[in-house]
Amino acid sequence: MSAEKLITLKINGTNETAGFPPHRTLLEALRELGHVEVKCGCEKGDCGACAVLVDGVAVDSCLTLAWMAEGRNITTISGLESTHPLLQAFVDVGAAQCGYCTPGMIMAAKSMLDQNPDPTDEEIRVGLSGNLCRCTGYVKIIEAVTNAAAAIRAQGGRNE
Amino acid sequence: MPLPPSVHKEGEMSNIPEQTLSELPVKFNQLGRPLPRTDAPGKVSGKTMYAGDFTMPRMLHVKIVRAGVASALLRRLDVSRARALAGVVCILTAADLPDRMAATDIPGQTGQKRLNTDQQILVKERVRYFGEPIALIAASSRDIAECAAELVTFDLEPFPGVYDPEEAMKSGAPIVQGTNNIVAEHNIKKGDMEAGFAAADFIVENTFKTPFQEHAFLEPEVGLAWIDENDVVNIRVSTQVIEHFRTIAEAIGVPHNKVRILGALCGGGFGGKEDLTVEVYLALLAKRTGRPVRLEYSREDSFVGHGKRHPFKLTYRTGITKDGKITALDVRAVADSGAYVYLSPYVLLYCAVAAPGPYRVDNLNVHALAVSTNNMFTSAFRGFGGMQACVAYEQQMDEIAKRIGMDRLELRRRNFLKTGDPISTGFVPPSEIWTDQCMEKAWAALGDPTPSSGPLKIGRGIAAYQQSYGRLTFLHDTSEAWVGIEMDGTVVIRSGVTDIGAGQVSALGQIAAEVLGVTLDNVVIYNSDSAVTPLAGTTTATRGLYMTGNAAKKAAEAVRGRLVARAALLFGVEPQAIGLAFNKVYLNHNPERSMPLVDLVKLCASEGVHRSELTIFRAPFSNHLDPATGQGQAHPDYVYGAHAIEVSVDMDTGEVKVLKSIAAHDVGQCVNRAAVEGQIEGGTQNGQGYALSEEMLYEEGRLVTPSFSEYLMPTSMDMPKVECILLESGSGIGPFGAKGIGEPALTPVAPAIANAVADAIGVRIFELPITPERVIMALKKARLCGKVVD
Repeated sequence: MSAEKLITLKINGTNETAGFPPHRTLLEALRELGHVEVKCGCEKGDCGACAVLVDGVAVDSCLTLAWMAEGRNITTISGLESTHPLLQAFVDVGAAQCGYCTPGMIMAAKSMLDQNPDPTDEEIRVGLSGNLCRCTGYVKIIEAVTNAAAAIRAQGGRNE
Repeated sequence: MPLPPSVHKEGEMSNIPEQTLSELPVKFNQLGRPLPRTDAPGKVSGKTMYAGDFTMPRMLHVKIVRAGVASALLRRLDVSRARALAGVVCILTAADLPDRMAATDIPGQTGQKRLNTDQQILVKERVRYFGEPIALIAASSRDIAECAAELVTFDLEPFPGVYDPEEAMKSGAPIVQGTNNIVAEHNIKKGDMEAGFAAADFIVENTFKTPFQEHAFLEPEVGLAWIDENDVVNIRVSTQVIEHFRTIAEAIGVPHNKVRILGALCGGGFGGKEDLTVEVYLALLAKRTGRPVRLEYSREDSFVGHGKRHPFKLTYRTGITKDGKITALDVRAVADSGAYVYLSPYVLLYCAVAAPGPYRVDNLNVHALAVSTNNMFTSAFRGFGGMQACVAYEQQMDEIAKRIGMDRLELRRRNFLKTGDPISTGFVPPSEIWTDQCMEKAWAALGDPTPSSGPLKIGRGIAAYQQSYGRLTFLHDTSEAWVGIEMDGTVVIRSGVTDIGAGQVSALGQIAAEVLGVTLDNVVIYNSDSAVTPLAGTTTATRGLYMTGNAAKKAAEAVRGRLVARAALLFGVEPQAIGLAFNKVYLNHNPERSMPLVDLVKLCASEGVHRSELTIFRAPFSNHLDPATGQGQAHPDYVYGAHAIEVSVDMDTGEVKVLKSIAAHDVGQCVNRAAVEGQIEGGTQNGQGYALSEEMLYEEGRLVTPSFSEYLMPTSMDMPKVECILLESGSGIGPFGAKGIGEPALTPVAPAIANAVADAIGVRIFELPITPERVIMALKKARLCGKVVD
C-alpha cells in the first residue's frame, strides 16, 4: 500500500483534513469522509452519478484524484441550499425516480446554468449528456432544468 | 420440467371468500393528480440513504473472485498467498461450504420450488458461466480485498461449452443443465390449426431475434450484513424482494426467523434485483467472521454478475384471409436460459401467453422452449417474456399488412381483442380492453409527417400490446399492510413493499390519505423491513400498485369504517352521511357541520376504538394452466395500449434517430399522474435502447462489452420528448380501478421503432438492436436485389 498524505479538502465551504494514499479518487475520499450524497455508479467516468463541482465546474469525482483536489472548492449536492430552484423543480415535476443519478444530474445542471443561464433545449441536453439515467427517459429532468433556469433568472440569477 | 403441483386443491380454494373492496362515496381529493412524491425531497437533496451509504464499526470489505471463462473444470485453487496478506480476515471457497446451495427459483415467496433449480454458491468443480464466483474475500479495506483477489491462483481445464440454444438442443451437445438442456417447455393449443390454415388466403412466416439486455440500474448491487445480539443475520441490501430472507436462511442453514432483510430505497431494479444478488455471500461471511461485512459490485461485476434479459428466437407462421382476418397462428419460441435456470420457466410462460398479442386468435399453437447454454444466465427483466413476444407479433402484423396490401392500422383494428373476449389461454380478462382507442390516439398524435431531406428518410411505426399486471395466479400472491392513525391525526403506514424508483411507497401514502381524508403531508410510510413491516410481496411483475395498493386501501378502509361509525354517533346521522377530507370530518349534505379529524381521533382513542388495521389482500388464486393445452388463468388481468413512433434513417450512415415517440395506455386510474408519466417515459427509453443501441456482445460466453462506454444506453442527446396519452377506463382490479404501468410502458416501444425503420427504408431488419451496421448491411443487400430505391 502506498503512503498516505494528509490533505485538506474544502467541501461545501468547510475544510476537512484526512490522510489518503495517492491513488484514492475524490469520489472515494468524499464518501470516506461521510459525504455519501455523492454516488458511485461506474468508477470509469461513464455515468456521471458522482459529479461534484470543483471550483464551480462539474467533474466526475471518480476520475479525479483526491490529492489533486487539495485547496480547491468542492461542492456536493448537500452544498446547495434546500430552497435552490433546481431542487424545487426536480421535486415539483417528478424528475427523480430511483434518485440515484439525481445528485450528479443536479450538479451537472448547476454547472451548466452557471455558465449559460438561458439554455435552449438542445443546450440542456448537451449539458446533461455526461449523466446517465435509466428511469426517466430524461423527459422530466429536462423539464425541471428548464423550469429551474427560468426561476433562477426570475430571481436575478441567484444560483447557490 | 413439469410444474410442481399447486399447493391448494380446486375444492379448497372455494373456501377462500371472494374479496370485494368497497368504493368510497367521495370524489378524489388528490388521487390522480401529478403530486410530488413523498420520497422526492430526500432524493433531490442527497439526504436519502441508499443501501451502500451505511457503514459499521469493524466492517469488512468483500471482493469476489470470478472464473473468467464460461465453461471449464476447476482443477486447482490456491488461496494461501491471499490468506497470508495482512488485513485479510476470511476467504471462502466451495471447500468451506460443503452441501450448500442457493435457490434460483422463488421458494422464499411462494413455498414452491422446481426440482433441480438450485445453484452452487461458489464453483465446486464445474464452471458454467463467465462471471461465476470461485472465492469470496473479506478484508479490512477494499484495497486489501482487491490485492488479495489478485493473489488467488487457480487452474481451469477447458470443458466443452455451448453458446447457442439451437445447438444446445442437438444430440451430443455439452449438457449445461438437466438431461437435454431444455429447462422449460410450454404449449398453448386451441382451436383447429388445420382448418385455420385451410381457411387462409395467405400464409406469412417470419423469424425474429431479440438480444440480451442489461438492466443498467445506476446503483450497482450492494449490501451490508451484520449479526445482532440475538444471532440474527441482518442484511441491508438494495433489492426488489425482501422475502428472500427465507431463501438466504435455507442457503446458509439457519431458521427463517434468523435472517432479516432491511431494504433501502433502491437505485433502480427493472427486474435485475429480483433474484438474490449479494445477500448469500454477505450472510456467509458475516456468520463466519462475526463482523459486519459490506459488498458493493463494481460496474463490471454488475455486468457479469446478474442475470440478463432472455434472447429469444421467435418464428411466427400466420394464416390470414385477404380481408385481413387471422385464421391461425403457429408460434415457436426458443429462449436462451444461460447457465442456470433462475426465472426462465416463468419468463417463457409469459412469452407463450402473450404470443398472439392483443389479437383474437381462435386457432393457436404455441410451442415455447427455454434452453441452457454457457451464456450469462437470464432471468427477470421488465417485460418478462411478454415484451419479447411483442417484438415478434407486432412486426409480424406489419409484414402481414404488407403482404395482403392492407393499411397497418386497419389490419390491427380487424383483429383486436374486444372487452369480454378470451385471450390465448381461454381466460376472459375482467377489465376493459381499450387497445383500439389507444392505437388511434397515439397514431393521430404523430401529427404531420416530418419531411425527408437529403439522405434522411422518414418512417412511422405503431405497436399495440397486451401485458399482464400481477403475478402468475398459480403462485397465489398475497400482500399485507398495516395502517394506523396517530393521536394527533397523522397517519402511519407499514408495508414491506420495496421502492425501486417508481413511487411504490408514495402511492400507498396517497391511497391511505384519500381513504382517511388526510393530506399527504400528514402520512409517513415505513417500508421494506422483513422484521417489522408486514410482508407485502415483491416489487416485480407490475404488481406493486395492484397488490400493495389494494392491501393499504383495505387496511385504511377498515380504520375509516370505525372512525366514521363513531362520528355518525356523535353527529346523530347514518355512517354514509359522514365525509372525511383535508383533515376534517363533515356531513356530506352539509359540509359546514364539521370537526377537525384530530378531535374525532382523540375521542376514539379515549374510548379504546381500534385506530389501526393489519390486513392481507389476496390476488385471484388459480391452478396451473393445463399442461397440454395451456388453457386456464395465468394472470389476474391485463393492460392494453399502443406506442407510435416516427424515425429518420440516414441512408448513408445507417443511423436511426427517433423523432417522435407517443405512448397511449389505458392505466385504469392514475394514482399519481406524474409518476405514471415517469414510468412511461423511462420505459420508452429502455425500449428505445433495446431497439437501437444496447448490445451485449459475447465471445464464447465472455462478455466483451462490460461498461457504459461499450454498452450504449440512450442519453439525453438520444431521447426525444415522449408524449404520454393516459386513458382511464377505471376498470382495473387495482385500487380505485387502477391497472399497472411498470412493464407495459416498455413492451410496445421496440417493435414500434422496428416498424418505423422498416417503413422508412423499405426493408425489415429481423434482429434487434437495429444498429447502423445492421441498417447498412440490410440496405446493401436490398440494393443488390433491387428492393431499395435511394
